[in-house]
Amino acid sequence: MLDQIFFYLFATVILASAILCVTARNAVHSAIFLIGTLLGVAGLYLLLTAEFLAGVQVILYVGGIMVLFLFVIMLVNIDQSLRENIFSHQWRVGMGAVVLLAAELGWFVTKGGVSMPARTPDTTSQLGNVQQVGDVIFQSYLLPFEIASILLLVAMVGAVVLAKKRI
Amino acid sequence: MISITHYLFLSTALLTIGVVGVLTRRNMVIILMSVELILNAVNINLVAFSHYWGGVHGQVFAIFIIADAAAEVAVGLGLLIALFRNKEVVNADQVDLLKW
Repeated sequence: MLDQIFFYLFATVILASAILCVTARNAVHSAIFLIGTLLGVAGLYLLLTAEFLAGVQVILYVGGIMVLFLFVIMLVNIDQSLRENIFSHQWRVGMGAVVLLAAELGWFVTKGGVSMPARTPDTTSQLGNVQQVGDVIFQSYLLPFEIASILLLVAMVGAVVLAKKRI
Repeated sequence: MISITHYLFLSTALLTIGVVGVLTRRNMVIILMSVELILNAVNINLVAFSHYWGGVHGQVFAIFIIADAAAEVAVGLGLLIALFRNKEVVNADQVDLLKW
């Protein structure tokens, strides 16, 4: 019962903030609403017993990525974009494609949900969530982990080069 | 009891909202934020599957996706700043040098 209440609470927060984020005129308001969505997703992770991922979501997304977004919004001027049309001229074609995509995904989820086995989640493990994630990362996914570190290094170098004065 | 289909529908709705943002907005910062919405929808799916099937492999995938999102945002916002410095635009439909 309690998990239902929290699921619908978080789902409402996520979807309302996402809609407001996409439709807000001011980019700063958009970023604030995106923070609401990210915090709601972190709550869902807690509900799904992924505590480590909830912490990572709050620290990395809300603490890191959103600060980067707000910083860039402050750098580029938003005064003139407040008066312009916020939607691009291709919005009719875009909405048509979105309706098609939503219908397709909804059909697949509705059809596929029946064939999914209703397995009860395994909560018998003695290890904590962080320890389980660490075990899996450093045993099964060690090579992808190292590749991700190289990817972050490349992205860092690329961002520094792109933001240089003379490109 | 919340079944996995609830999570799948929530994630579908979030992904659809993100695609609306990518396809209809003009401001490039908001387009990048909509990409973050899409990535979060994928993460919800992965963590829900990992919870209902047992094991934490889906959570590890979600961690990799978060690392990718950080890299993508760093490069994307670097591109945005370079573009703003050289052409003084923040709208995606004003950057059409490669468009015929």
